[in-house]
Amino acid sequence: MDDLLSEFLTETSESLSVLDVALVNLEQNPNDPQILGNIFRLVHTIKGTCGFLGLPRLEHVAHAGENVLGKFRDGELEVTPDAVTLILQSIDRIKLILGHLEQNECEPEGSDDDLIERLNAMAEGRAVGSPAAPPPPSPPMPTFESVVTASAPPPPPPAPEPEPEPEPEPEPEPVKASVPATAPQPPAVAAAAAPPVPAGEAKESAVAAQTIRVNVELLENLMTLVSELVLTRNQLLQMVRGKDDSEFATPLQRLSHITTDLQEGVMKTRMQPIGNAWAKLPRIVRDLALEMNKKIDLQMLGAETELDRQVLELIKDPLTHMVRNSADHGLEGTDERKKVGKPEIGKIVLNAFHEGGHIIIEISDDGRGLNLDRIKQKAIQNGLATESELEALTPQQIYQFIFKAGFSTAEKVTSVSGRGVGMDVVRTNIEKIGGTVELKSQPGKGSSFVIKIPLTLAIVSALIVECAVERFAIPQISVLELVRVTANSEHGIEMINNAPVLRLRDRLLPLVSLKRLLKLAESEEEQQETFIVVTQVGTYTFGIIVDRVFDTEEIVVKPVAPILRHISMFSGNTILGDGSVIMILDPNGIAGATGESGMMGAGTRDAEAQTVRESHADLKTSLLVFRAGGDDLKAVPLALVARLEEIEVGEIEHSHGKPMVQYRGHLMPLIAIDGILNLRDEGRQPVLVFSDKEHTMGLVVDEIVDIVEDRLKVELSADNPGVIGTAVIAGKATTIIDAGYYLPQAFGDWFGRNDKEFGNADFHAPRVLLVDDSPFFRNLLTPLLSVAGYEVISVDGADKALALRERGDEFDAIISDIEMPGMSGFEFAAAVRADGRWGTIPMVALSSHATEKDFERGRMVGFNDYIAKFDRDALLQTLATTIAASKGAA
Amino acid sequence: MNQLVPAGKRPGTELAAPETQDFVTMFIEGQLFGIPVLTVQDVLGPQKITRIPLAPREVAGSLNLRGRIVTAIDVRLRLGLKKRAEDKKGMSVVVDMGGELYSLMVDQVGEVLSLPAAKFERNPPTLDPHWREFSIGIYRLDDKLLVVLDVGKLLDFTRNE
Repeated sequence: MDDLLSEFLTETSESLSVLDVALVNLEQNPNDPQILGNIFRLVHTIKGTCGFLGLPRLEHVAHAGENVLGKFRDGELEVTPDAVTLILQSIDRIKLILGHLEQNECEPEGSDDDLIERLNAMAEGRAVGSPAAPPPPSPPMPTFESVVTASAPPPPPPAPEPEPEPEPEPEPEPVKASVPATAPQPPAVAAAAAPPVPAGEAKESAVAAQTIRVNVELLENLMTLVSELVLTRNQLLQMVRGKDDSEFATPLQRLSHITTDLQEGVMKTRMQPIGNAWAKLPRIVRDLALEMNKKIDLQMLGAETELDRQVLELIKDPLTHMVRNSADHGLEGTDERKKVGKPEIGKIVLNAFHEGGHIIIEISDDGRGLNLDRIKQKAIQNGLATESELEALTPQQIYQFIFKAGFSTAEKVTSVSGRGVGMDVVRTNIEKIGGTVELKSQPGKGSSFVIKIPLTLAIVSALIVECAVERFAIPQISVLELVRVTANSEHGIEMINNAPVLRLRDRLLPLVSLKRLLKLAESEEEQQETFIVVTQVGTYTFGIIVDRVFDTEEIVVKPVAPILRHISMFSGNTILGDGSVIMILDPNGIAGATGESGMMGAGTRDAEAQTVRESHADLKTSLLVFRAGGDDLKAVPLALVARLEEIEVGEIEHSHGKPMVQYRGHLMPLIAIDGILNLRDEGRQPVLVFSDKEHTMGLVVDEIVDIVEDRLKVELSADNPGVIGTAVIAGKATTIIDAGYYLPQAFGDWFGRNDKEFGNADFHAPRVLLVDDSPFFRNLLTPLLSVAGYEVISVDGADKALALRERGDEFDAIISDIEMPGMSGFEFAAAVRADGRWGTIPMVALSSHATEKDFERGRMVGFNDYIAKFDRDALLQTLATTIAASKGAA
Repeated sequence: MNQLVPAGKRPGTELAAPETQDFVTMFIEGQLFGIPVLTVQDVLGPQKITRIPLAPREVAGSLNLRGRIVTAIDVRLRLGLKKRAEDKKGMSVVVDMGGELYSLMVDQVGEVLSLPAAKFERNPPTLDPHWREFSIGIYRLDDKLLVVLDVGKLLDFTRNE
């Protein structure tokens, strides 16, 4: 059976059993909004999922039921026993259809018009018969009548048409292996015989029985027991150690192995890659795209990020919901996108990663952004705020209203969304697990949601440090490096008005004393040596001063007691292997406490760039003053410069027309400040090295003049790119250089994350045309390339590509398959080269069998390069160099 | 839902329930305190406690109780008394509060007493306001008085921040 379907069945049968109880409760307390809200959400979820799985019968029944429930919720209809009976009947019908679905993988024949008609009548407030249950028009007990007719016939002809032979593949195969011929019979007989007897009585789902859902508490208990087992094992090992001839040695060894396996096993039961929760999304988005007639490119990054199972379960639905929202409300239709000059294909990006002890999930789209006016209007309508209150709020604050219950700005209620159950459920679910959800939106450019989930329950590796005899854990993920400082080492800790700093490779690293931060007692005697844990939060790097550094350990993060939750320095606590409890430091909280706002995620880089640009009005900043491309003085904040280097001119090499130098085992591109590289003829060339993670770039300068500490106050702002403006530094007018402008010149993906989010206006992504007849490869390569910073247009054939040429489209590169029906890649290349318009665009051939002969032929017809289909790294590299080479030549 | 009442329950025990209540008793500075026996999970001797920097003064730290992290509260400090002398070893009573475990550090833990409701009295108005906040009421025992601690309030740190 289709994974999606079986999961749906499992899920739905669970929801339905909850529903039964909830509905009965509702009958008893008809005015409890919470029960109503619950029921409504459950039905809504069922309806939503059916829609995507293409189950029209189910969807219609659920939709009609939801309508009535919606009226209940809004107080337009009164909850009467009759109404509840009707809803229960719809639930029965849903169960019946589900039962059939489970056996035959298709919906049963038959119609639910009678039921839907009654539901609609109820929703519209028409009299639905007297208290004597079902109305006269339909025969008494219509449910069961249609049930019998609906479910009895199906067994002989398995399905009318949708899928030719759904049954053979799943069940019989494994059976055949063991018992030939006879075995497959019984289930079939049972299936044929069973339905008529219990008739419509929805049976317990057999699919649901295949997997066991275990209470997380049970797993948690198991985990605790295993932890204890490990501790006991360790104690035993300790006792036997040193007694080589102990008769316990061998069994203990075994015990030890088993314990380790057991521990891993139990841990594994809890962890799952987040990709599992995303598995359904591409299909949902695809179907939505079809239904709404949009083109959507869903990119999923960091699918391997591991999450606690429980957390995963809880965020699955919110995620689906948000992606659905992005696709439905966020992205514009194709025409609208064209009109505003955006690429036809709307982009939804899902990105998950660990950061600073949290799991961050970003969902962003490049659609129209939230509609501020509609939200205001709705907020006033729903009595959430008055007009004057709204006046005082910033747009970002107003956007938050979408998280309130009953809030939907969709003009129409569609089958997809628009009932206002969406975002409040999302927030409730996320907050349930102690997470937060942030929303950013920019009109016309898109919106992005950032879900931040604390690592509660998740397993991380942590560095154990000691400070004033207390031990603490620092999540390894935010630790960059460790620096040991002794009394007689070259660079000690220096103080600027009591603020400790460290010179680390020509950069000043701000330091935080853990002792002072946590108000721990200062030890009397002077420490001989201290350690500095260089920590990164977002783009803010700082050092934490500790007394000692121990090993790293895998730890299970447990939340701190509620009475301690206000202490932002800790993200949790844990029990170490030796049984002691230690606190886990939260690098975010520490960064926050030291003044640098511990902003998370995507905004950080912007924020930092912003700081460089705007603030520092009164703060003194270290500036590096230099001359380059002219006699005037230029300056750049010293903090941005990783190192100053002088490079032997002889070492500078050229590749693809670009100067570069081998630097610390990597190639470092050299960039000139005004685009014209004036290298010295001999001797050493001064270079400012900028560095960010794995990228390093050298900015070639004529002369380094000085390092000045001064107020950075830009008095004249400049229009030309690369320059922030002019400031008076050390009494001289100096041009302040915008380092951020030069970085992308060296690496397309330097600011990759920003571009993905809202599209960077200053920076034009190279356009690539992808020609491949296989949708699989188009789907594989499009996200890959767009992640690498390209704008990708994909077509399924050479003729379509040539049609784009006729339309006047321009590209920076063309990637083409060779084996294609119709015009082959070779013919296509010849056609491209034959015409002047695309004559010079670099072309890369992709093929699954790259032989020397093919290679030769490709070159002949005009391909610049030829690579094997599965080599993605080669593709990216080739593409980058080919584009660069053609740019250099032009 | 209708199985809540076990079938074979004798009426006698049912009647007795409201009459007496069981308390775990403990001593701080010679004063007798009690908390309902059902809230108590464990009684511990001296434990290795990890200090928690920046925590409220009354939070002594956290400890590992069979794989669970327990937050230790110094009841003496909570009641406005002085810290226990270094050389005297204390004991703790572990209670469950909203799924979290807390260990209440006291001087000594005594026996479990079954106390009749008739001996219960509300807090005398002259009681120290600090104590009144954490005390539900007083039981008159033959030789001394027992203060019933309100565990919920004892662990509610939100109000004095």
